[in-house]
Amino acid sequence: MSSPSGTSATERDTTSSDRAVPRPEVGAAPASNADGTTVFDVDGLSVYYGDFRAVRDVTIDVRQHEVTAFIGPSGCGKTTVLRCFNRMNDLIDIARVEGRLAYHGVDLYERGINPVEVRRRVGIVFQKPNPFPKSIYDNVAYGPRIAGLAKKGNLDEMVEHSLRQAALWDEVKDRLKASGLGLSGGQQQRLCIARALATNPDVILMDEPCSALDPIATGRIEDLMEEIKQEYTIIIVTHNMQQAARVSDRCAFFTTEVNEQSDTRTGVLVEYDQTEIMFSNPSDERTENYVTGRFG
Amino acid sequence: MTAIPAQITADVVAAKLKGERADIAGVAFRFLLFACLGIVLAALIALIATVSGEGIPYLFGERGLADFLNRPGFSEPEFAGVYQALVGTVSMAVIIAVVAFPLGVAAALYLEEYASDTFITRTVSVIIRNLAGVPAVVYGLLGAGIFVNSRLGGATGGETLLSAGLTLAVLVLPIVVITSAEALRAVPASLREGGFGAGATRWEVVRTLVLPNAFPGILTGTILSLARALGEAAPLILLGAKTSFGGGDWGDIRGNFTALPNLINGWAKLPESQGWEPNKQAAILVTLVVILGINAVGIILRNRFEKKSR
Amino acid sequence: MTALTPDPPGGVTLAELSRRDGRTATDAVMHRSLGAAAGLSILISLLIIGVLLGDALSFASKTTLRELGANSWSPARGNYGVMSPLLGTLWVTLVATAIAGPIGLGAAIYLSEYASGRVRKVVKPVIEVLASIPSVVVGYFAFRFIAPEITQRIFSGSPTANLLVAGLGVGLLTIPLMTSVSEDALRAVPSSLREASYGIGAKKITTVVRIVVPAAVSGLVAGVILTISRAIGETMVVLLAGGLRPSVPGSPLDSGLTITSAMTSVVGGGSDSVQGGKGYESIFFLGLLLFLITLALNLFANRFVRRVRQTY
Repeated sequence: MSSPSGTSATERDTTSSDRAVPRPEVGAAPASNADGTTVFDVDGLSVYYGDFRAVRDVTIDVRQHEVTAFIGPSGCGKTTVLRCFNRMNDLIDIARVEGRLAYHGVDLYERGINPVEVRRRVGIVFQKPNPFPKSIYDNVAYGPRIAGLAKKGNLDEMVEHSLRQAALWDEVKDRLKASGLGLSGGQQQRLCIARALATNPDVILMDEPCSALDPIATGRIEDLMEEIKQEYTIIIVTHNMQQAARVSDRCAFFTTEVNEQSDTRTGVLVEYDQTEIMFSNPSDERTENYVTGRFG
Repeated sequence: MTAIPAQITADVVAAKLKGERADIAGVAFRFLLFACLGIVLAALIALIATVSGEGIPYLFGERGLADFLNRPGFSEPEFAGVYQALVGTVSMAVIIAVVAFPLGVAAALYLEEYASDTFITRTVSVIIRNLAGVPAVVYGLLGAGIFVNSRLGGATGGETLLSAGLTLAVLVLPIVVITSAEALRAVPASLREGGFGAGATRWEVVRTLVLPNAFPGILTGTILSLARALGEAAPLILLGAKTSFGGGDWGDIRGNFTALPNLINGWAKLPESQGWEPNKQAAILVTLVVILGINAVGIILRNRFEKKSR
Repeated sequence: MTALTPDPPGGVTLAELSRRDGRTATDAVMHRSLGAAAGLSILISLLIIGVLLGDALSFASKTTLRELGANSWSPARGNYGVMSPLLGTLWVTLVATAIAGPIGLGAAIYLSEYASGRVRKVVKPVIEVLASIPSVVVGYFAFRFIAPEITQRIFSGSPTANLLVAGLGVGLLTIPLMTSVSEDALRAVPSSLREASYGIGAKKITTVVRIVVPAAVSGLVAGVILTISRAIGETMVVLLAGGLRPSVPGSPLDSGLTITSAMTSVVGGGSDSVQGGKGYESIFFLGLLLFLITLALNLFANRFVRRVRQTY
């Protein structure tokens, strides 16, 4: 499959840069057969900002220990949908959700659900790294501390474990007290990943985590994703199709529809399937146009 | 902003000068504007000269600073000092800090961090903005009506220092809310998002992330508003501020009171012929040091805070 | 690792996700407490209006329009001619605005369009200092310097303390306000406008006068209105330098009362003081007038500021 033009092609100088097919999990069966348990069951999800429907009728299932990618052009609601998975859209006054978003069978938007409990289990990494203006240690320890997860003496181990998982430990182990803001962009993002991992979540959401980073930093994070998906489930929003092809097991392709009367655009899910299929033999023509670079 | 246009201006002016007549209008206009600044500067110099002409030699010469600060008001100028006024002003500062700052910051926190954008919260914002513009003397009426002449008069003792302090606290409250709200708005949204994403409740996000970040701005705002409040004489007149009286020691918040601005006001009416002028000016100097000093602290903090955030 | 491990698939229950503990409770408590603090502001404004209205209306019920049209305001003697303080306020405000408006605007234009960094470093603190000086000190300055050195020299024969002196003092006092609001308005004008003007070869004075100032005019008008409002509400300067003649001032060279000095001069044991009853209530009547006038002006000014923000 040829490289599509127009998208921000972050070519790494490793051998996998040309692959259209995701790398198989190390020592395991091909991704599509792994585990099979459904973590999120989304059925007819629509997100409104006030009266405006930003995304409509999303129906997908996210499988455990997989990397699921949301791809598509800008403005089609990928981030909006992503933020539903950990109730982050609550922070926007006028945001409203319809439909069903079940997490291990429980509808996250049911009355009485405590968003704090949801976010402990579903962590998030943002597009622009946003470490707290605290020490590296305190950044990672923040989540466990406020959730009361650490027993005495435990916190050090938790911090080290998270930093190791985020592939940052070796670089910062001698300066845990230094400010998190003093790290490079790539390191800051890995710190944010460590921060998300520290509460021992089930799922990690990633909103274009590499878009502010250089190719080498991007590569390290993609490697990281490959390793941690054995313990977690990852949903990633990405503009970068090659990245989606590299790291994901399943892809959901979104695009926008124009609403004639109001002259607005609503995001819509076009197709959702295993990554190999999405990139080599998609069912929908729009998907094919996007992944082959005819538009987007 | 002035870099590029200034350069072009210089070129245009130079071209005109070389070519035709000089840009007289432009030069005259600029001079006129500069003169405005000059008038302000001249006025300030005149003011400082006026209040220190007799005041400085008096304070540092024949009277002595310590003596002036330690004596209460009296009928003869040589023995009259600002002690009671100092006690009054400082005590009121404490009352304001204790009452208005927590309340004001709390209200700002609610408006900026908790409240959704509804008609009610927008109305509250409008109300607070307009309260800040109400003349000080009207707050004096409010204080008189509530603390002095109503049932609450029993609690605060009527025309007392406590009533005065509380009235000034109410006066300053809207300003504290507005400046604190500004400081909170300056906190980047990404900081809050990171906190929520890590599983914190709203109060935890505010307590551990937002407040520490906004603290310098809030502190600056409260200090500057304190300086403003301590300079107000008009409301205290309506609350029964005296010029001289018996008592007025530290802790006597339910007795007669005075404050530095009111002492100046009271002495100002006294005749120069009886030798009161140096006293008046000395009192003004003490007041300026106190109030400008507090302002200076606030401004230094603000500048340091602005430098750090770059 | 921690004792907390993610539940096995299917093991996450509604109950667990709905779990609430001390942290949620604390958040709820804070939500309410902070809301109460904000609600206090509404309480205060209601109190102001209530307190003012109560006694003001009581006064109004005891007063006829004829009384209000009397020639002087002297509650101690039972005179309630409201034209006296009203006209006094008008004169003082006119003079003050005539001073603070142009000077403040001129200073703002210079600071915004002409001043170099060095000049700003000197001028800004000067203006801040002026803004921080308590009004009672400005009142003393007005009486002790402005009166003898300025007004007496020009208008010898007028009383030392008169409305003109007070107006000059109040004008001085409000210059910083006018300067800062105007400067904000001027700086809000996008630099692209200036650059466009210079780009077609306009001189600086042309750009400033014909492009920048008109673009900022909403904010500048708001500044003037706020200055007027501040001048109307100023008390100490007029108390010290305006003279306290109860009768209607014929010109600014007369001594006179303003609304504010009328309110405060009747308190505090002077020959003018009153003890309660109608005289006491008259203070609240004036206070209500003052409150309504400044409120109207401030609301009006805010409209202008909002329009500025919308344009850009």
